Order: sequence, then C-alpha cells, then structure tokens
Amino acid sequence: MAKIHVEASVNGEPVEFLCEPRASLLEVLRDELGLTGTKEGCATGECGACSVILDGRLVCSCLVLGVEMEGRSVQTIEGIASAERLHPLQQKFLEHAAVQCGICTPGLIVAAKALLDHNPDPSEEEVRFGLAGNLCRCTGYDKIVRAVLDAAAEMRGQT
Amino acid sequence: MATVFFTTGLRRYTGGRDRVVIEARSFRELVTALEARFPGLREPLEGIAVAIDGEIVQEPLLEPIQPGSEVHFLPRISGG
Amino acid sequence: MSEPRYKWIGTRPIRPDGFDKVTGRASFGADLSLPGMLYGKVLRSPHAHARIRSIDVEPALATPGVKAVVTAADLPDLASEAVRGAETQTDFQDLSRNVLARDKVLYHGHAVAAVAATSRTIAERALQAIRVDYEVLPAVLDLDAALADDAPILHEDLRTKGVEGADQPTNLAARIEIGRGDVEKGFAEADVVVEREFTTRMVHQGYIEPHAVVAQSGEDGHSVVWCCTQGPFVVRAYCARILGLDPSQIRVIPSEIGGGFGGKGTIYQEPLAILLSRRTGRPVKMVMTREEVFRATGPTSGTRIRVKVGATAKGKLTAAAATAIYEAGAFKGSPILPGSMTMFAPYVLEHVRIEGFDVVLNKPKVAAYRAPGSAMAAFAAESALDELAIRLGMDPIDFRLANAAREGTEAPYGPRFGRIGFVETLEAAKRHPHYTAALGPDQGRGIACGFWFNVGLQSSAAVNLNEDGTAVVVSGCPDLSGTRITLAMMAAEELGIPIERVRAVVADTETIGYNDLSAGSRVTFATGMAVVEAARDVVRQLSARAAAIWEVDPQEVRWEEGRALPPEGAAGKPEPLGIAELARRAAQTGGPIVGQASLAARGAGPGFATHICDVSVDRETGRVSIERYTAFQDVGRAIHPGYVEGQIQGGVAQGIGWALGEEYLWNSSGAMENPGFLDYRMPVASDLPMIDAQLIEVPNPTHPYGVRGVGETPNVPPLAAVANAVHAATGRRFTDLPLSPPRVLEALDSEE
Repeated sequence: MAKIHVEASVNGEPVEFLCEPRASLLEVLRDELGLTGTKEGCATGECGACSVILDGRLVCSCLVLGVEMEGRSVQTIEGIASAERLHPLQQKFLEHAAVQCGICTPGLIVAAKALLDHNPDPSEEEVRFGLAGNLCRCTGYDKIVRAVLDAAAEMRGQT
Repeated sequence: MATVFFTTGLRRYTGGRDRVVIEARSFRELVTALEARFPGLREPLEGIAVAIDGEIVQEPLLEPIQPGSEVHFLPRISGG
Repeated sequence: MSEPRYKWIGTRPIRPDGFDKVTGRASFGADLSLPGMLYGKVLRSPHAHARIRSIDVEPALATPGVKAVVTAADLPDLASEAVRGAETQTDFQDLSRNVLARDKVLYHGHAVAAVAATSRTIAERALQAIRVDYEVLPAVLDLDAALADDAPILHEDLRTKGVEGADQPTNLAARIEIGRGDVEKGFAEADVVVEREFTTRMVHQGYIEPHAVVAQSGEDGHSVVWCCTQGPFVVRAYCARILGLDPSQIRVIPSEIGGGFGGKGTIYQEPLAILLSRRTGRPVKMVMTREEVFRATGPTSGTRIRVKVGATAKGKLTAAAATAIYEAGAFKGSPILPGSMTMFAPYVLEHVRIEGFDVVLNKPKVAAYRAPGSAMAAFAAESALDELAIRLGMDPIDFRLANAAREGTEAPYGPRFGRIGFVETLEAAKRHPHYTAALGPDQGRGIACGFWFNVGLQSSAAVNLNEDGTAVVVSGCPDLSGTRITLAMMAAEELGIPIERVRAVVADTETIGYNDLSAGSRVTFATGMAVVEAARDVVRQLSARAAAIWEVDPQEVRWEEGRALPPEGAAGKPEPLGIAELARRAAQTGGPIVGQASLAARGAGPGFATHICDVSVDRETGRVSIERYTAFQDVGRAIHPGYVEGQIQGGVAQGIGWALGEEYLWNSSGAMENPGFLDYRMPVASDLPMIDAQLIEVPNPTHPYGVRGVGETPNVPPLAAVANAVHAATGRRFTDLPLSPPRVLEALDSEE
C-alpha cells in the first residue's frame, strides 16, 4: 500500500512526512522524525513509556496511528523543556533522584505534565492514579510522586 | 598451618571429614597439598571461590594463606 | 569513634547524566540507527518441546528485501564448557543452544532462526516463509512432571551432578547440599518445630526496556556492537565464544540501559545481530517485542521449598533444614546454590542442612534476578520463622535478635562474617514508630529479614585531569542506578574539588580496561575502589609536580581540599598550588596527568535488611493492599543517599509485585498466556504507598569509604514480609505465591 502524506505539528513546529498506513505514531516519531525520546516498552498501551500529548490529551503513541496525526498537534518529551531551561517537572525529577535507569522518565514526565495541566493541585492519591498508566521498575514510584507534588507546588508559586 | 573446612558436598572426597589442618603458604600450594591427602579433590575445586578468614576471593590461585587462617570453599556468585 | 566528615560523601548532588534522561536525549539500546541498516527478527518455536527435523530457509531468502537468514547450522557446534562464575549461566554449549536451537526446541518461544531484511515488516514476513519440520514431543511443564520416573527427557546427555553413580538421562541437573552439624540432634533439642512447604512461581525481572542491539561489521572482520547490557565485557566474551571469534574482534559499546536487575547480564540476540551484520556487510538492528522478552528471556525460577525449623521455649533456634527444588528452565542452571546459601544466613545455627535440586523443564532458561534465588528462599524461611515466633509467643523482632548473626558468626555456608549490621537493622526496626503504630480492622503487620552476599570482582578505572583542573572518571560498568554520580563523588572527595568539576562516563570494551558486569551490587563498591585508587594516583602525581616546582621532596607535600601545600621551610615560602594551576602547568612539569587503577576487589560486605509491612485485606475481593512499608538496611555508607533510598524502594516494589500479583501463567501446551503488562501484573503507582527506606550505616572496613553493596538485598525480605502481614490480617498462613485476589479469596472463603 502506498505511503500517506501527513502534515502535523510536533512540539510547536510544523512537520510533514510520509508514513505507512499501519505505522503507529510511536514509530513515526522515532523512525521518521528522529525523536527517540519517546520509548517503546510494550507496543500495546500498557506501560506508558510512549506517552505523548495529542491535542492536549495524554495518549499512548503506540495506540495511535501515524496517519491520525493529520492536522493535529503533538507534544513529546523533547518539547517539554523550553530552550535552555528545564520544566519544573524535569528539575524536580533530578533533585528528588526520581530518575534511575531513566527509560520510563520521558513517559512519566509527559504524563505528569498532562496531569498538572488539568489538575494543578493534585493530592498524593490523585498523582498516583494519574500516573498509574506509567510503569517504572526501578524506583517504586516514591520519589517520582514526591517530585511531581513538589513541581506542582512550585508551578503554583508555593515554594 | 591453615584450617580448611569442607562443605557437605566436598566431604565425599575427604572420607567424610569436615575439616583438616594443612600446611600451605598459598592457595596453589593448598590445593596441591589437599590433592595429595585426598586424591580427586582437585577437580571439584576448579573454578571455585574461597573465603580466607571470612574474606571472599573469587580467583584465589596466587592468594597467600597466613598461618592460622580459616579457609572455606564457596561457589562463585556474581549476582543480578 | 567519631564519624569522618566528608565534603561530598553523603550529600545529594544532581547527577550530570540526568539532564539527558529527563529531556529524552539519553540514548538507549533501540535509539541508535545507522545508514543502510537492516532489521533482524527471530523465528521462535511454537512448541514447548520438539525435535527439529529440518529447517528450510530458502523461501525466506527468496523474499525481496531479505538479505540473510541464519540457523544453528551457522554457529560452531560447541562442546560442553563451563562458564566461569555465573550462577545461572553455566555452560557455553547451553548458551549457544539457547541463542539458536540445535536439534531440539525446548520451550515455546525458543529461537530457531534469524533473518535480516530491509524493513521490520519484510523481516516478519520472511519469518513466516521459513519452513520448520518439527516432531512434537510431550512437554514437561512442572516440577513433578520433570522428576517423574517416566518423564520426557529434555537432554539425553544430562546426568545429575552431585549424586554418586548418576548415570541415567534425567531432568534433575544437580543436587547440592549446604550445612553443618546434625539437624536431627538439633530438632530433638527443640521444644517447638515448624515444618511447611512453600511454592513460588516463575516471575520476570520486568525491565521496561526490551533487549536491543545494533551490530556493524567491517571488512577486517571486526564487529562493533551497540546494545543495552549490564556487562559489555560479558557480551564480548560470550558472543566471541558463541561465534568462534576472538574477543578482540568484537567491540561492545553499552548504551544507556533501561533496567536489568540481572536479566541483562547474559546474551540473546547480540550474536545473531553480529552474525547477520557479518553476512550482509550492513548494520543490523534487533529489538525484542515485549512478548519476546517474556517468552524468551530469562525469568527467575518457580520453586518448591520445604522448610523445617526448631527452637527452644526460650526462643533459641536449635536447627534449620530445607529441601528446595528450583526450576532451571530449558537448560541447567537455576540459582539454587545462592538461594540455599542465603536462606538462613541471618541466623546463628549450629545445625543446619539445606538440600537443593536444579531441575530442567520446558520453560525459558532462567537468568539472574536481583539476589538470585534468595527472595524465594527467604519467603520460605522467614514465613516458617514467623510461625515459630508466634507459637513461642515471642515478638518477631525479639525472636530474630535472640538468634541474629553478628561479627564472627559462622554463615551456614561456612565462613565467618566480618563487620555486619544485621542487629542494627533489627534494633532500628524495633525502635521505629511504624512497629507500634495502630492497625485497623482487616489489617496486619509482617516482619521479615534478608541477606545478600554482594560481590567484588574486577574493575578498571581511570581519572583523567583536564587542562582546567576538572576531572573525568572513566570506567566500564553500565550505570543502572546512579553509579556515575557516586563514582564522581568519590573522585571529588579524593581530589578535594567541587563535585561540579568531576564528570563520570561509562566507556566501552575498547576504551577502558576490563570490567566485570554491573551486577551483584558491586559497582559503587568495586568500581568505586578502583576509582578511589585512580584518584589517589592523580593526587600522587599532582603532589610530585608541585614538589618539582618547589624543588622539595614529594613525600613532604600535603594534598588538602584540592591544593598542594608546601612543607614548612620550603625555599621562598611558596603559596599552595591549586589543582587548576597544576593542571595548567602539566605539560611543563612532565606531561598529562592520568590516574589509573585495575583490581580484583575483595572484602565485599554482605547486606542485611529488616522490613516491616502493613497490609489491609479486602475480604470481598481478596485484594491485598500495602498500607505502609519501612525497610531498614545496613548500607555500609551511603555515598549518595538519594540513590541508595531509590534502590531500596525499587527492590521493595519488585518484591511486592512478586508477592501479590506477578506470575507466569501457562496453557496446557506450555505457552505463556500473559506475555504482556496487562496480565503480568507489576505494581503501578496507585498500588503502593510511600516506601520508607531507613539507611543504617555500619561501614564496611575493607572499602575506603565504608561502602557495602545495596542494590540486591531489598528484593529479599518483601515476599515474606507481605505474606506474614497477610497472615496477621487474616489468621491464614499463605504458602503459595503470588497472593493474587482469587487465591486469597479462595483461602478466606474455604473452611479452616
């Protein structure tokens, strides 16, 4: 089957590419657009390592087709920091030692950002359930939850 | 003179003895002395690690043995 | 004795490599692509046990876009040869046959052939074109079936090691025995004896990053391999052996690694990628799917362990015995030996005997998983001891204190312990508010303890001084847990310079001397030792340069806080010379300043832990929830407490998953039914509370900073801590893991 031409916006920049109909958004990001920050952990939507924000909504990019990007905007881990400055979430993850091997970190930061975009003052329980779609095997989530709560407080101007 | 302890797995080579006092200044000498005393013991000691006075040495070939040391044989462990 | 005051040791600086990780720049195994790259895929057996009559790869080779197809016929047929020093990977012949099946397939998912093609889609299509003629054999899917008199035999030439006169084909690969004294005598002296049988299931290490490798080969016969691994030198050595090459023909560059926990200390697709790249003259990339990771990479053993423990009415243990049967999977080599050695290691025992069995069956070959063998062993031992303490009417911590191993205690496997901190963890647990906090209805509290040896092994490191007085620490152990920052902190401490002026990098097999793998809780300990020695080498050289400038004896120069201090009475009363100044003048004073060290580290201090776990049990659904968890561990000295806490929290989380939900489920044909994260249920953030990691520091005297390995011990107590807590909450003793809701519900609903 012939490849399909897609135009979309990724991290605020217009992109265009050709993709196979069967290609997932994850494959497009990594293989076509060279954005390897988004990771594949399972390809079946169960680990969250491939989390991106599609038109403001948190999705597993392995469950979205590349062709579904047409006319839409995607934010990936590469678009979280502004030029030369880390996002508070990224900074707090570092300060709290919430990053060990780091494979889940991009997905978690994106998911945490999506959470805080909708709920700027979450409780610990809300953070835990908000991040329940992201598996981490190294940290036991403790420091991740602390980092997200701390980032949320800073973003509300409360630290 | 060092005291060498044998795990239950090695005792079939030592006629059931669980320990023996042996004269040796290095691990290499120790194995030779043990083989002389208990023929066949050299083979199961191939690739084994050793604890000398509690300190584990993975590759003990040239390891010196002090008088009065306690020597235990251990499998090599690398962990996960 | 006063605690030494350190500038950096014990602080929590941000790890420099962390910036790449939080921005997505860090490059993991699957992130590399090279021009002209082909994609490799593996054909896997649909049968748990079958003879391979023939393999016809021609239809695959004829597929447009397919550039090469390989089978076991393309690998040297290795004779049996022991692998030195790895308790689960025991024989190169087995390793080769696990990489590609020869003559027989031994588990569902066993690799049979590999293809390289111009796209993943074409590679997958090519797999379907390969024709394999199998003679399906009856599969052996559990321990009883494997050990039955008429059991189908996996390996005709396998004889039981450790049994005199064992000359018949068997699935019992080995019998081991650990112990001393006379357990019958010991039990006769006991006032209370508890005997129980425990079972656990196969579980996977569960790293989020699937195995990934890119191999590229040149016309000179040299291959470069980029892969996620815990041991680049292991990959080199094993691939060389499997492929019949010299290690010098293979360069292994470790990528960032997305979790290993022992499971990435061996090889799977790496030799295939190398072989395919040599065949095609193009780079070949092979990335496993999650399903492949579950079906075909080493989980750890399911086990059956019968434990018997006895104590006097006053609470003194008189004897401990166990018979443990561990699944090895398709090839011999379960962690039965370390499991047996650790089982009762925290306790003083005159009479102890553990008999262990290593059994092959038609399941994937097991690999190391964080303190291999120990979590299951501790589940059995600590559950039995819990029951014993209850029957004695003793507080569980007091019971353990009365029998705790201390410095000088003989371990069950022989040698005496040096300076250890087990008692300190018990006392800290007893003092902690968690131990006496109130519990609600249907809630219970469990205690369990654990032990792991920790290892030393070999490391090489260099400390390179830059012209501006900053330093780079170079070593060869992949960073799983934050070891780059801890190595940099030790170097900064030695050099006396700010941590911001030290960077640590992980080199590859051609840019640093030999390093054993990142496993065994050894990197901060052993590689740390090498880094300290290399940094001291730099200090010696810097002092010598200052001495030369001042025309004094180098022995009289002191190094403090990053500066060389001249001796009293030095001519001209010179000012101290700082590291930046000396570095700037290195060319004039003798050349570049590089410190190096390589060593076989010894004196690794064992790690002990005591865990307190509170659970609540929902009697309607059988769901067990963790309400509170505190882990006390002797960590020697925490170089970076944040990452030590992190290791403890992560190990506890894995243990909780093992206790409550993780297991391999099999259908009657021997295929895994849940090879994905939906049904292989690992803990998520909403399953867990905060995990309180209490760092008890009893410095290890053999390490310059008192370091003890920390990474593995945390995985050992949780199985029993959770099970003991569930017992306290329900009055039911659970001896079969995991405590998934259906199992708990069935037990609660059934009559006593």
